[in-house]
Amino acid sequence: MLLQALFLILTITAIALFSFNARKIIRNIRLGRPADRSDRPAERLMVMLRVAFGQTKMTKRPLAFILHLFVYLGFVIINLEVLEIIIDGLFGTHRIFASPLGGLYNILIASFEVLAALVLIGVIVFLARRNIVKVGRFSGVEMTKWPRSDANIILIAEVLLMTAFLTMNAADQKLQLMGAAGYPVAGSFPVSGLLLPLLPDSETTLVAIERGCWWFHIIGIFAFLNYLPYSKHLHIILAFPNTYFSNLQPKGEFTNMPVVTNEVKAMLDPSFTPEPVADGGRFGAKDIKDLTWKNLLDAYTCTECGRCTSVCPANITGKLLSPRKIMMDTRDRATEVGDLAGKHGKDHDDGKTLLDNYISREEIWACTTCNACTEACPVNIDPLAIIVELRRYAVMEESQAPASLNNMFGNVENNGAPWKYSPADRINWRVENGEWK
Amino acid sequence: MAEMAAKGESPEILFWVGCAGSFDERAQKITRDICRILEHVGLKYAVLGTEESCTGDPAKRAGNEFLFQMQAMANIQTLDAYSIRKIVTGCPHCFNTIKNEYPSLGGNYDVIHHSQLIQQLIDEGKLKAEGGESFKGKRITFHDPCYLGRGNNVYEAPRAALEILDAELVEMKRCRSNGLCCGAGGAQMFKEPEKGNKDINIERIEEALSLEPNIVASSCPFCMTMLSDGVKNFNKEQEVKVLDIAEITAKANGLI
Repeated sequence: MLLQALFLILTITAIALFSFNARKIIRNIRLGRPADRSDRPAERLMVMLRVAFGQTKMTKRPLAFILHLFVYLGFVIINLEVLEIIIDGLFGTHRIFASPLGGLYNILIASFEVLAALVLIGVIVFLARRNIVKVGRFSGVEMTKWPRSDANIILIAEVLLMTAFLTMNAADQKLQLMGAAGYPVAGSFPVSGLLLPLLPDSETTLVAIERGCWWFHIIGIFAFLNYLPYSKHLHIILAFPNTYFSNLQPKGEFTNMPVVTNEVKAMLDPSFTPEPVADGGRFGAKDIKDLTWKNLLDAYTCTECGRCTSVCPANITGKLLSPRKIMMDTRDRATEVGDLAGKHGKDHDDGKTLLDNYISREEIWACTTCNACTEACPVNIDPLAIIVELRRYAVMEESQAPASLNNMFGNVENNGAPWKYSPADRINWRVENGEWK
Repeated sequence: MAEMAAKGESPEILFWVGCAGSFDERAQKITRDICRILEHVGLKYAVLGTEESCTGDPAKRAGNEFLFQMQAMANIQTLDAYSIRKIVTGCPHCFNTIKNEYPSLGGNYDVIHHSQLIQQLIDEGKLKAEGGESFKGKRITFHDPCYLGRGNNVYEAPRAALEILDAELVEMKRCRSNGLCCGAGGAQMFKEPEKGNKDINIERIEEALSLEPNIVASSCPFCMTMLSDGVKNFNKEQEVKVLDIAEITAKANGLI
């Protein structure tokens, strides 16, 4: 009874703490400007099913795809087992699903075991890729101490959880074979069966191991849940909404700012009455509140895999720009702005901004807008949209474009071409070898 | 276009030449070849000539939304004044801008890039590869322009123009949706690159040259500049030609 009560308190605390932190993240995402992504729901659902659920963009890198698939399937399917663990914990039962499911239960437990072993293989190779092989895309200026530790903490946690899960099953199986009280024969254990020779023969010790691992596993899961809001690992949840709210337009298309349309129309036609536009404020983005909620959702979804940076032409050729850093900076700044607003009120100004304090001018001007980053992202994050908003701020609010670009603007404005040629010469291409064609 | 309108005629298609196609010496050759192809298949086309103006693409990518929309609205006025419906562009940037960014500003046209027009003409049997230079046995690799490929998912059209040549097509490792930018996009064409350890066009041309091609093909005037500069940098301009899809098509049909 006491253990059940303890379990209940633990479960409620874990869920309450998680919702408290999740609400903070939702609050931070809502700092952004409005953006309408409610159109074409059927198409959106398909993108989500294909990209997030079906992992289709992961296949570009086959080894990472397979290993990640093990961990992904393991995570999704083994969570069915967590449901049983929670019911057992609350009602003091043991393997409650065993008798109602009968033969199916054996198949389920067996497949959980196989998946747990595959997850173990996956995360061990992942740890090796990060710490021994040192795969290139896991390093970079933005991959400082914390992002590296964050990745390792998650992987080690998964090793521990899976080990506890398999050890628990092994002890359970041994107790079942011994005919111990409270351990009726249930489940099939193709993987943990291999651990049997390693276990002691004393029933008391076995029960201690089985119970110990059971508690470790479930407390570990609660801890993991509450680690998520502080971690890049939040992608396991946000990948789904983020892909649902993907940009469905061609990648080459940039948004046309309605505020500007109003001003340009008013300039061309003085009698024009502007349609009301939702987003006031400044042109482009200087800080978090100038970006849209989708830019911020992108930032919280990023799991720092570095595929974007590894294909970025600017980054490959040694420029400062790294699309992953753009996302990480945006998230860090959104968290900072959100926390400050929580402490000091909504309009608190800490004198810092996303542009300059986090992302430098040199970074935003190195971008070729080639869309390699958005193509590479397995969860449809769009770093380019943020870069363009920062450029818009620099150009339209501050007139701080590189001098050569200001010349180009001047040429377009005066000559209708980015170079200094007269519009009257625009047809001169028809002259070939001195002859008018 | 003005002449045609004065005669009360209208074109089947408007050829949007673009600034590079109008002023850049190398791109002017491509412009003339696109015209030769249009004439060869007997399409009635027009150009805006001095009435054409920058689409606003480089201004928009550089963050100058005001200038972009000013250009866009002026161009839409011109195009609508001539009741233009169908446009072919000689540049992926013009193509992307007019096709995707003009509609919400009131400019609705059926826009294709010249590689798509060539593909259509091949599919309709109006364009072949005969009567001109033979490309048999030549090694050709195609560089995907970002605003044609990833930007608008046009990967097959330019390749269709190469596939009818009986040449040996070789793909770079970074091709199609994984294609590497030439370095000119996002208004980089009009500024010095930021500090780094290499120029992007060098990175790209190294990859192309590693395949030992006779021809590096592209279909964007800016890629043309970057790739040609890259080839020159390695003193390979004798062995390796950088050609536009339109130039290859015009040569293969003996139009030059």
